[in-house]
Amino acid sequence: MISANLSAIFYLISGVLFILALRGLSSPETSRQGNFFGILGMVIAITVTFLTIGNFSSGFIYVLIFLLVGGLIGAFIAYKIPMTAMPELVAGFHSLVGLAAVFVAISAFLNPDAFNLGSPGNIKLGSLIEMSIGAAIGAITFSGSIIAFLKLQGIMSGSPITFKGQHPLNALILISIIILIYLLCTTQSSNLFWILLAVSFLIGFLLIIPIGGADMPVVISMLNSYSGWAAAGIGFTLENTALIITGALVGSSGAILSYIMCKGMNRSFFNVILGGFGATNQSGGNQNKEQKPVKSGNADDAAFLMKNASSVIIVPGYGMAVAQAQHALREMVDTLKKNDIKVSYAIHPVAGRMPGHMNVLLAEANVPYDEVFELEEINNDFSNADVAFVIGANDVTNPVAKTDPQSPIYGMPILDVEKCKSVLFVKRSLSPGYAGIDNDLFYKENTLMLFADAKKMTEEITKNLD
Amino acid sequence: MEIDPFIFRLSIFILSIFIGYYVVWSVTPSLHTPLMSVTNAISSVIIVGAIIAGLAGNSNSIFNNSSIFGFLAISLAAINIFGGFLVTQRMLAMYKKKKKDK
Repeated sequence: MISANLSAIFYLISGVLFILALRGLSSPETSRQGNFFGILGMVIAITVTFLTIGNFSSGFIYVLIFLLVGGLIGAFIAYKIPMTAMPELVAGFHSLVGLAAVFVAISAFLNPDAFNLGSPGNIKLGSLIEMSIGAAIGAITFSGSIIAFLKLQGIMSGSPITFKGQHPLNALILISIIILIYLLCTTQSSNLFWILLAVSFLIGFLLIIPIGGADMPVVISMLNSYSGWAAAGIGFTLENTALIITGALVGSSGAILSYIMCKGMNRSFFNVILGGFGATNQSGGNQNKEQKPVKSGNADDAAFLMKNASSVIIVPGYGMAVAQAQHALREMVDTLKKNDIKVSYAIHPVAGRMPGHMNVLLAEANVPYDEVFELEEINNDFSNADVAFVIGANDVTNPVAKTDPQSPIYGMPILDVEKCKSVLFVKRSLSPGYAGIDNDLFYKENTLMLFADAKKMTEEITKNLD
Repeated sequence: MEIDPFIFRLSIFILSIFIGYYVVWSVTPSLHTPLMSVTNAISSVIIVGAIIAGLAGNSNSIFNNSSIFGFLAISLAAINIFGGFLVTQRMLAMYKKKKKDK
């Protein structure tokens, strides 16, 4: 058994190691070391907890068993999961953090003696407030993440689910949560605690259902943030520095990511959260269905264009992930490089279903990360490039975002694909993207549409390049 | 008058938010997915609370109505810790630089 002061110092050390873990992610070279710091911090935190309790009785064995079972499941998932499913995995993991926070809060509420928080029915006021806030946010994180997971997995439709009076209802529930916490703290009634949890689960569910599939990058980042605040709430209850530091780090990390994602779409956070985007615009997109001439081509044409180019910029989007085309794409690029053609990749901030999703997929396909560029880094290069190869992206290239103030995506930063000498679009059909609006780029003189599955088309182009 | 220890924890909390703010802005956008998975893993340090909750039962009743939630939380957090760190490791191992000459 070690003293409370000593263990507090060790918790502080593990908190610092977690900061270093995030710091390491500032560049890919230092990132692996950062991950090691994170693991070290976790090992220290767990070991110190065991030593502080110092009770290696039969209960200890069960702790190890539960730890091992969870660990094996986690390790198994981590090795099996395909990289295209990262958004689902992260959403799933968020839900577990949320549920774990809820369980710890329940346990502390039922047996406050174990945490030095008082006795049942007479819990210290401050601890009770912290605990109920932690539990409520944890519950919201849990049910919200479950919905996000189901939507990403395709089990639940990605289209927004809206109904009349949705926003007043949500507002009412959020207010009732605050009232419940107040009443719980004054009466210490366990019934109120259970009602609080139930209502929090409900609101998490209601908050996420109106948000559409392509807004998932924001939702995932937001739930990331929530899971942090939930952990911090529990950290205050347990008076544990490691948990408070981590909660604050994760909370602000998720908040910043949500901000970056919203900025990438030029939409306010509230606009995304209130949801319903895409559902109403769908009809607007179909109205101007006048037949405009489109040039479509085959793999042979595409290969010819690229062979005669001196530089090509690839613009990947969610469609590439769906078609699992990243490996085929890299093979195509390898062939291009053999012909002394300069190739780079341009990634829009909201490409894919979570922040950085495209980068991971390209890294998986062995694309060196110094060939992959962010929007600001590469946008000026489009005017000098010969060919833009757009694979599975649409709205993020739509010039209407700059020209038409009426457009729902007006003001969104886009990749200036239209400045390229020629544009190749790999797409299944002419159907509008998520925003439900037509892309003028399809009808431009220098655009060639390649209607096919992204993977098959890139494979065919590679064949034609030889 | 003595300062409530809560104030110290609050100070740590507020300052950590600022540290988080600056550290996360310096994360390169291409590593945002690993950032999410690693934050997932470290927020599961909540396992500390779960272990305390799990070991709170006495030797006659290891599983009582309170400790059982602790044990369940241990498993949930462990899935996250192992899954989160390992999947981050797996992703980071894929980020490679261009080979100099080929």
